[in-house]
Amino acid sequence: MRRLKDLIEHRLSRRSVLTGTAAAAMLVTAGAIAPVHADDVNTTGLAVTEDTVKVGILHSVTGTMAISETGSVQAEKLAIEQINAMGGVLGRKIEYIQEDGGSDWPTFAEKAKKLLVSDKVAAVFGCWTSASRKAVLPVFEQYNGMLYYPTFYEGLEQSPNVIYTGQEATQQILAGIDWVAKEKGAKSFYLLGSDYIWPRTSNKIARKHIEKLGMKVVGEEYYPLGHTQFNSVINKIKLKKPDVIYAIVVGGSNVAFYKQLKAAGIDMTKEKPVLLTISVTEDEIRGIGGENIEGAYAAMKYFQSLDNENNKEFVSAFKEMWGDEIVIGDVTQAAYLGPWLWKAAVEKAGSFDIDKVRLASPGIELTTAPEGYVRVHENHHLWSKTRIGLAKPDGQYELVYETADLMEPDPFPEGYQ
Amino acid sequence: MFADYSWTELGSIFAMQGFAGLILFSVFVLMALGLAIIFGQMGVINMAHGEFMILGAYVTYLCSNFVEAFVPALFGVYFFFAMILAFFVAGALGALVEWSLIRHLYRRPLDTLLATWGLSLILQQAYRSIFGAREVGVTLPDWLLGSVPLTDIIEIPINGIFVMVLTLVIAISVYFLMFRSRTGMQSRAVVQNRVMAGAVGINTEKVDRMTFALGCGIAGVAGSAFTMIGSTGPTAGQLYIVDTFLIVVFGGAASLLGTIASSFAISQAQSTMEFFLSGSMAKVLTLLTVVGILMLRPEGLFSAKIRR
Amino acid sequence: MINLKSFMARQDILALIILAALLFVVMPMSMDIFRLNLIGKYLTYAFVAIGLVLCWGKGGILSLGQGVFFGLGGYCMAMYLKLESSTPEATAIQSTPGIPDFMDWNQITELPWFWEPFNSLTFTLVAILVVPALFAFIIGAAMFKRRVGGVYFAIITQAIAAILTILIIGQQGYTGGVNGITDLRTLKGWDIRSDDAKYFLYFLNGALLLGVLVLCQFVLKSKLGRLLVALRDKEDRVRFSGYDVANFKIFVFCFAAVLSAIGGAMFTLQVGFMSPSFVGIVPSIEMVIFCAVGGRLSIFGAVYGTLLVNWAKTTFSETFPELWLFGLGALFIAVVLVFPNGLSGLYRSYLAPHVDRWIFRKPPEGGSTGTGAIDTPAFEPDPAARPAE
Repeated sequence: MRRLKDLIEHRLSRRSVLTGTAAAAMLVTAGAIAPVHADDVNTTGLAVTEDTVKVGILHSVTGTMAISETGSVQAEKLAIEQINAMGGVLGRKIEYIQEDGGSDWPTFAEKAKKLLVSDKVAAVFGCWTSASRKAVLPVFEQYNGMLYYPTFYEGLEQSPNVIYTGQEATQQILAGIDWVAKEKGAKSFYLLGSDYIWPRTSNKIARKHIEKLGMKVVGEEYYPLGHTQFNSVINKIKLKKPDVIYAIVVGGSNVAFYKQLKAAGIDMTKEKPVLLTISVTEDEIRGIGGENIEGAYAAMKYFQSLDNENNKEFVSAFKEMWGDEIVIGDVTQAAYLGPWLWKAAVEKAGSFDIDKVRLASPGIELTTAPEGYVRVHENHHLWSKTRIGLAKPDGQYELVYETADLMEPDPFPEGYQ
Repeated sequence: MFADYSWTELGSIFAMQGFAGLILFSVFVLMALGLAIIFGQMGVINMAHGEFMILGAYVTYLCSNFVEAFVPALFGVYFFFAMILAFFVAGALGALVEWSLIRHLYRRPLDTLLATWGLSLILQQAYRSIFGAREVGVTLPDWLLGSVPLTDIIEIPINGIFVMVLTLVIAISVYFLMFRSRTGMQSRAVVQNRVMAGAVGINTEKVDRMTFALGCGIAGVAGSAFTMIGSTGPTAGQLYIVDTFLIVVFGGAASLLGTIASSFAISQAQSTMEFFLSGSMAKVLTLLTVVGILMLRPEGLFSAKIRR
Repeated sequence: MINLKSFMARQDILALIILAALLFVVMPMSMDIFRLNLIGKYLTYAFVAIGLVLCWGKGGILSLGQGVFFGLGGYCMAMYLKLESSTPEATAIQSTPGIPDFMDWNQITELPWFWEPFNSLTFTLVAILVVPALFAFIIGAAMFKRRVGGVYFAIITQAIAAILTILIIGQQGYTGGVNGITDLRTLKGWDIRSDDAKYFLYFLNGALLLGVLVLCQFVLKSKLGRLLVALRDKEDRVRFSGYDVANFKIFVFCFAAVLSAIGGAMFTLQVGFMSPSFVGIVPSIEMVIFCAVGGRLSIFGAVYGTLLVNWAKTTFSETFPELWLFGLGALFIAVVLVFPNGLSGLYRSYLAPHVDRWIFRKPPEGGSTGTGAIDTPAFEPDPAARPAE
């Protein structure tokens, strides 16, 4: 049947000078033959044809954030290619339109609007920083689009137009602090972060939880993005002698922070202090250098070294597509989930319509996720396990703990706000 | 905040903090020296200074990969070769830039600012195309990592000492080059009176090119040294620009000694404030103080007493 | 009194008419609202570029911190809009309803005092004009009275841009931090996100721009304009003639700041948010390039330069994101080395004589621009041809 359809379309395109009536008649025939007509699965005028569907990829490939966002773009392209190889979504191949946010928030908003209004894409996979998400959010809500957002973030948000495939702050933080308290006998914490909303909000949640458990925060400190001199804070840490250094430093500052920490003689491979981070994935370690962060612990939901069949397949497919040198971090994996979650929701809804996909999304499960099993919560975040990894000199994490159950996403935690 | 600690602890911490300030001082001097030569001696605003530093860092990165792969026996000492190579690569690019770009703009300092900003964008994108958008990790020989424990609390970071020694060596070399050698004398002569210098037979074009190349070369060495303490990525160079310019301007543009003095003042202020305040506020206060002082004393700390 | 002829030459009137036709007829007819809104956004930068023509091109004062004023104007507007959209009903899920959402996230339980006046639209509109002017006056008075100029001024304004960015990001409970102030919806109950509103704002923006152009033309043709050029070229002689040079510089710097702030406020209205990414060093330098591409001596050129660079940025970064930075970098260099008078320079040397001949029936030589005497650049048109010393 597909062949017949192709044949008709082929002839149509070759003989586009046909008279209007004849063309219309043939179109009707073609529609009647196709299994699911484009009009049935798409009542709102999205860019869906008989055998393709357009989606958008919106990340920074230039500017300061390109460092972080490259992995997400690669993961999303891989997922789309794999879905297409399996026959696409509702029998339609996914075509992606990639736009560059240029590390500039208004550009993100502008490009999001272009994708939704001009290109009429059925879904957008993209954004990385909270600032870019906040900038595009009104656009997605106004023009009713669907955004799959991959980064772990501060929570305090829940939009009907966004599926958050990364962890929100409580998922990432609570289990990690419980773990250091129990396993490492930690009593005091030094909170440290880059100066913007995610580290500040995360540390706030961490502080509440630490104090609730009867432990103590001995210092809390923020440095401007891109700061490269941490010797003073390292001295303060030495003076206060915390059991745990809780670090949420991002970007280039990370490299400086860990190199200087090591140079100052704080040996993370020793019993105390424990360094726990929620911001350093394998991606960042490449810049920091494995030998400089050896012995640190990270709390997130995915490590490249996870030992399960899904992950092995994912890692080898990723390396085949993007080269052996590549490493895969938490966000990259979360970005990979986006297209798959969307596919599952579209197929459950039997339609590309945004409203139907949104209704179908809660309860969607993926058993093939590299991180294991995930499920979409009513609040559009994912149920997922939280894991603790120990940084190795080769730049990989070794899994030392994972929560027994899936952590419930709770973007508006009671009493932590 | 100090009530809970013993005197020994406090003493040690202040010693450590003083040392941290000294490291910051060395870092600032390294950053600013190249710029001070170019800006102070030539009046050219080189907005691509940070990118020349990152060029040095990438050269170091390539060296470390090369040595690790082909001559692992030399890995312990490759860093010295890398720095020398970084000096020459950055210097050569500097000479090329001077020849193709800067020499047309000597009468228009504000335009050098725009042109070198354009150059910095091009260099950034070139790094991104060649080395990728991600930061690269430079593997260092083991002896450069870690620290020397003096007491229980006082530990001296080895890379900090290395940066300090390097700064000292470069500062002394620059001193001899600028004030004790024939080249330096010519260079200073050109600064003081270009026309007269040309009239007495100094090849001013050549002097300009050498001065610019020297400034860029020092930036390259600085970048190479910073792989020990900072990050190496396409846009990392931009982080240094504001700090560096403020240091040079604060010191008094035409004075190398001023640059060193202002590095010292700013680094000590920043490192002390960082200890007592939170990081962001310390930075804001330091910059505000510098800007405030510059508004009151626009010629900077040390002004050249030359009749123009 | 100044009559029309003396303050606008025929070429200038023609330029104004062409620009008006382009903005009000050609663009709205040929573009959908999405593209038109983009143009509207670009035009807000043109306010900054025009300010830079006065300040830098005419007055010789290069400010690398114009983003500061753009941001101040934009933030004033955004604060008002944010307060309006943060009604207790709309923010019922917060622990303290009725304050902007980002304050709630940062455990601030009541509106800070400096936010209070922004409940009033009148106050906001006055603040958009007065706050940047005051800030510019403080900077300008401190620096120009002490005869700081040129390169030093550029570097210090740049440092101020850096300081303000760090401050805004650091005080996120009061400013929205790096996210900025987002999700702005209505102005006095009027939905600024609807297509109708976008059309209206575009035309309002265009009208303001033309008004500003006429005002600047007036300033330039007045004695003040001539003095500016004079003190750019020989500051000492102006001073020796008995003028207080600093006051003129302060005035033009404040004027440029106010223009930038108007642009910033219009930006907030059209784009729907404001963030510190417009305050920093990079956007401030980019705004200088808009001005330089247009021709640093021509206020009309600044508008076209802004449109051209932004249009190129959008187009190229869609098609070749990797090449865009090379292109932009090359543009910076080219505009300095090859055509320092930018678009308007090209127009003057190649088109203007023909325009004069065909439209105004004037012989090509002799007063071809009507402004030539004043606008003779401080440097030769082709510096590449001049041997280095």
